[in-house]
Amino acid sequence: MAGRSSQRAKLSGPGGDSAGFRPAWVCVAAWAVPGAGHLWLGRTRQGVVFLLTLPVMFAVGLFLEGRIFPFDMSEPLVALASVADFGNGLAYLAARAAGWGGGRVVAATYEYGNAFLIVAGLLNALVVIDAYDIALGRK
Amino acid sequence: MTSHFLLMVLFAGFVSVVFAALMRDQPREQVRLGATLFAGFVLAGVVLGWLMYPIPL
Repeated sequence: MAGRSSQRAKLSGPGGDSAGFRPAWVCVAAWAVPGAGHLWLGRTRQGVVFLLTLPVMFAVGLFLEGRIFPFDMSEPLVALASVADFGNGLAYLAARAAGWGGGRVVAATYEYGNAFLIVAGLLNALVVIDAYDIALGRK
Repeated sequence: MTSHFLLMVLFAGFVSVVFAALMRDQPREQVRLGATLFAGFVLAGVVLGWLMYPIPL
């Protein structure tokens, strides 16, 4: 624990000085690449677990023909699913840009794919919050 | 890859691993919590599946 505290004290932000260390940047990194926040904060084992697990979960969701939902406020559940999908970070943006995640409703695995995509995003949101707590020294 | 059980087990595995890594710091505790969560998810899935078997009536 003492090692982690001293490690935190040595952390520096993108500007290079410890005074410029901003937990917000950790959150952005953790959102963009699952596990990056933990890796940045010296929690290597946890970071690697998230880095391996969450993108694979997202990829499995796409493989199962799940849908990346558009942000549509006229359909509240679709909007909520969209927010959850957004939690996947750069993988979400890349998939949208590549036109993946169209979803095939008649596929037997469609709902499973949605569950994988949505839950991967929500889990990454938890990972971001955890990284934020660590950055503030709460954990 | 349309085995519902296999997909449920895969899902439970992913979620258990992430939760265990989030909620515990020591590897031994992570393994224990992960195994408990995984078993709980799979067992609950099977039990709920059997309970919902007669639906729709």
